[in-house]
This record gives sequence, C-alpha cells and structure tokens, in this order.
Amino acid sequence: MGHRANGTLTCLGKCERGTMHGAGNEDNGTSRDRIHFAARCTATTLLRQVHMRKSLILWLVMFCAIASAGSALAQTAAGAGSATLQSSDSLESRLAKVELQAAEAKSSADNAWMLTSSALVLMMTGPGLALFYGGLVRKKNVLGTMMQSFTLMALVTVLWAVAGYSLCFGSGNSFVGGFENVLLSHVTSQPDPDYSATIPEQTFMVYQLMFAIITPALITGAFAERMKFSALVWFMTLWSILVYFPMAHMVWGKGGLLNAALGGMFPTLDFAGGTVVHVTSGVSALVCALYLGKRLGYPHTPMPPHSVVLSFIGASLLWVGWFGFNAGSALGSGSLGTSAFVATHFGAAAAVIGWTSTEWWRGGRPTVLGAISGAVAGLVAITPASGFVTPISALIIGLIAGAFCYVMVAKVKARFGYDDSLDAFGVHGAGGTIGALLTGIFAAKAVNPLGSGLLEGNARQLGNQAIGVLIAWGLAIAGTLIILFLVDKTIGLRVSEEHETQGLDLSQHGEEGYSWELPA
Amino acid sequence: MTKVEAIIQPAKLEAVKSALHEIGVEGMTVLEARGHGRQKGHTEVYRGREYAVDLIPKVKLEMVLADSMVDKVVQAIANSARSGKIGDGKIFLTHIDDAIRIRNDERGEYAL
Repeated sequence: MGHRANGTLTCLGKCERGTMHGAGNEDNGTSRDRIHFAARCTATTLLRQVHMRKSLILWLVMFCAIASAGSALAQTAAGAGSATLQSSDSLESRLAKVELQAAEAKSSADNAWMLTSSALVLMMTGPGLALFYGGLVRKKNVLGTMMQSFTLMALVTVLWAVAGYSLCFGSGNSFVGGFENVLLSHVTSQPDPDYSATIPEQTFMVYQLMFAIITPALITGAFAERMKFSALVWFMTLWSILVYFPMAHMVWGKGGLLNAALGGMFPTLDFAGGTVVHVTSGVSALVCALYLGKRLGYPHTPMPPHSVVLSFIGASLLWVGWFGFNAGSALGSGSLGTSAFVATHFGAAAAVIGWTSTEWWRGGRPTVLGAISGAVAGLVAITPASGFVTPISALIIGLIAGAFCYVMVAKVKARFGYDDSLDAFGVHGAGGTIGALLTGIFAAKAVNPLGSGLLEGNARQLGNQAIGVLIAWGLAIAGTLIILFLVDKTIGLRVSEEHETQGLDLSQHGEEGYSWELPA
Repeated sequence: MTKVEAIIQPAKLEAVKSALHEIGVEGMTVLEARGHGRQKGHTEVYRGREYAVDLIPKVKLEMVLADSMVDKVVQAIANSARSGKIGDGKIFLTHIDDAIRIRNDERGEYAL
C-alpha cells in the first residue's frame, strides 16, 4: 500500500480497491478510514497470494463489509468538549463551564461504575456459573457444562449486536422493541435519557448485554449432562429471541407493558431482573427438564457432584459479581447503587442462614453445597427487590428465600421426580418468583420513590408483581415448548445413550476435563 | 520368594513404612485403593439427596521378599497397622515364580 503526499492511498498490490482519498479533515476520520482501507487491501492481497477455500474468502469479505458498515453507521461522539476556565471569561460563560464540568464528573463516576458492573456481571457467567455448574456434574461432563456457558458469552454477544439490543431497548410496542438500533446504529457515547441520563448509551448497551448472556446460561442447569451441543446453540439463539428479548422489553424497555419506570400498564417492580432473568430462565429450565426427560440411571444411580470445590469457587464469584448485577442496575454511582449493594449482600447472607439452618434441622448436617446454594438462592430473590427495600427487609427476604428454595430443591423435586439436574428451577425459578412477590410486600418509598409495597399500605403493587410473574411464567412456558419442539423435530435435542454414558466432554467436544496422564 | 500384599488403613501407612525400614525391607509398591470387608461405609448428602458410600479409601502395600524374611515382615506390618477395630485390613501371601531386575537382568533372590 502506498501513501502520497496529498493524503491519498493506493493499493500497490493492484487489487480492485484502487485508490482511496482521505475523507475529511479531522484526524480521527482520516486514520479510521486509513485503517479500514489498509485492512481491506491487505486482506484482499493476501488472499490472492495464498490459496484459500472460497468460503473463507467469502467470510473475510463479509466481515470487512459488516465492520465498515457498522462503524460508518455508528456516529462519532460529538463530545462535550473540554472546558478550561480562564479568568478573563464572563461570569456567565464561566458558570456554564463549571456546570459542564460537574456534569462530566458525575458522568465519569457513573460510567466508571457501570463499566465495572458490566465486567462483574460477565464474570458471573464466566467463570462464576461455569464453575458452579461444572463442579456439580460428573467428571466426564465438566467441560461440556462449562462450554455451554462460555458459548453463550460469544453467541449472545453477536445476537445482541445484530438485533438483540434493538429488540429489547428500541421503541416498539408494549411487547417488543423495534429495529432502530439494529447493528447498534445510533448507539453512541450520547446517553439515552429514557434509560440513563449520565452514561453513554454504549455503556448501557454493553451492561445489558451481560444480562442477556447469563440468563440463558442459567437454563443449562436443567438439561445438564444430556443436551446435544448443536441443539444447544439453536435452542439458545431461539430462546434469546423469543423469550428474553420480549421479557426484557416489557419490564425495562420504552413502552414496555410492565415497565414501572416508564409508565407501563402493569408496573412491575423488578430492579435487576428477578422476572426477566430468573423466573424466565428458571421456568424454562423446568420445561426443558420435563421435555428432555431424566438422565440415564436417574434417580437410582448415584450422581454426586464431582467437585464441590469448583462449585464453591463459582458460587463465591457469583456473590461478588452480583454486586454488579444489582447495584449496577442503579445505572449510576449514587446512593441508590449503595442501597442495592447493601440489600444484595444482606439478602445473600441471610439466605445462607435460612438454607443451612433448615437443612441442619431437617436433613441432619449443614453442608457446604447447601450453604453456597443458599447464598445463590438469596441473591436470586433479592434481585428484583434490591433497589426498593431496606437492608433489614433484605435480611428477611433472604431468610425466607433460603428456607423456601431448600424445600423446593430437597423435598419438592424428590416428591415430583423431575430431573432438574442442577436445580435451575428450584433456585432461579422458585427464588425469582418468591423474590418478585416479596418485592411487592417490602418495597419502601423512602428507599426508592418509584416503588411502594404492601407494608406501606399499597396492596396494588403486589397484584402487579403477580401479573409480571404470571407473564414471565407464561412466556417462558410457551416460548420454550415451541422451541424445544422445533429443535427436537429437526436435529434432536438429546445425545444418544452411548454418548450420554461416554460423557459430553468426549462425545461432544473430543476432550477430557482431567486427562489421566502419568507424570513424566 | 513370596509376595506380601497388605491392605491397611491409610492413616497407618507411615507407621507401617517405619516398621518395615527398621527391619531392613528395602523395596515396596504402594497403591491407593477403595474397598471394604465387614466395615460399614458412610452416607453423603448433596442438596437433600443421600448417597451411600461403601467403598472406603484404603492403602495397599505390595512387596516380594525372600522366604526367610516373610514371618518378620508379616509381624511388623500387623503390629504397626493394628488398631483393634473392624477395618484394620488384611495381609495375603502368594508364591512368586521368578523375579527379574530390569537394569541388569539378574534373576531370583538376587533380583530382590
């Protein structure tokens, strides 16, 4: 590639790109265009010289085209501009600059916390959930289980960028968003004031993406050790589109039916996703467990966790990551975030006590697996309530959730006999449901003016919570059944008996989690 | 030549090794094993589900000795591995046809 003095670029490889003139005077515009031109030129030249399969060429060209189009559509930040004070300026202009600086400072603080929260929530999926679930399965399935979570980190990200963010947070109707943000167009560093006035919309987008990633990952617990990897990829793609995007839009999107902050018809208080994330995934998990059927040998063959150690580490990462999940849902670094942080922690702690004491009393001994499961149950239940309740209410919610989820997992599951292998329904479905309902009881105006519950005399909220929960249940059941049926009839959901016995690690991925290798 | 196989409690391994070194036994193979005789196992509980574990961790020692050493070795193992409770383990003796040292092809008792 050559560079002439007047700023034009020519492809010396004599590819069809020919010559490109520098676009605009701003350095940013020119160097970005240069980089794109360089990338396309290099790619095309290389491909000419190296023999590659036609499909690979097609992929690279498509990728370059999409990347160029995407960045062309995304508008460059207009930027607030730097405001340096000079004592010679008028009082008014100085005041305006100070106001600008104050706003920038608030924006910086909020953005810093939101980016941190986004990272924390992603950590909840990988390695948090991957380890938590991975330790609970048998050794021969550890990689397969972790791969399911990890794949979603990649798959959902792409879905989100292409259409997911738009379908969740674009303005559409009461049930689903529109297409104005497809390929993330108009998603820039400018805030969208409907969602958050102080952080770039791009931050909001990436934060919400992490929720979209972890929600389907939770479902994997229900069909652990028996789901085909190819079927999983299809299932998760369809589930995200048919169930998650509409539910997220209804509760959090502009014009959403259940949106408490933006005037929905049945305002449901769901601070961080008790209904959107936990009820939908937990109930879908139950449907999956029933549809796919029990694992070979269940319940007579012993299938204890192969490593409670891994699950312990995973659960601890979930607890810490949850601060990003709940406190980050304040969408800022102010006192509401603090309130949610505290409520989250207190809910988890109380739930550990709730689960462990129930288990000790009814089951004989306090187990480590019980304690960590209790923590997760409490975190699930406090999720919808976190920005609406006092710390003491959070303790009560956690205590109830811990005991309740213990009963669901240790007693109800055995009674009905379904193989919800890793208790996705027992913890997330049940915990999310009870948390959403308890939010309707404990929500306090003093904590968040948006919500008031039964204890403050507002009985209507509990009704709205019930409606939100019912819609989540309904959407999850209907959507999941349709998808399961579709995928099963086309490629089949479950691995063969031989593959199930061999284990997912070997049959689906050709790998072993722990190789039997003699020391050299 | 006689092969001595001793299945013992893992906690007694150090005591048995010391006793054997004291009487001059120089070679042994130690394996991790699981098993039971009349000893009961234990129950583990995961999220309310009980699992009976009846294969208990044990240690198995194997050594091949000249016949003249066998009685002394059996005594040493039994005395150091004994606790008096069910689960102490067992010692088995078998006749060995031949032994070969890989390094230099020596055979018979010279290979031990």
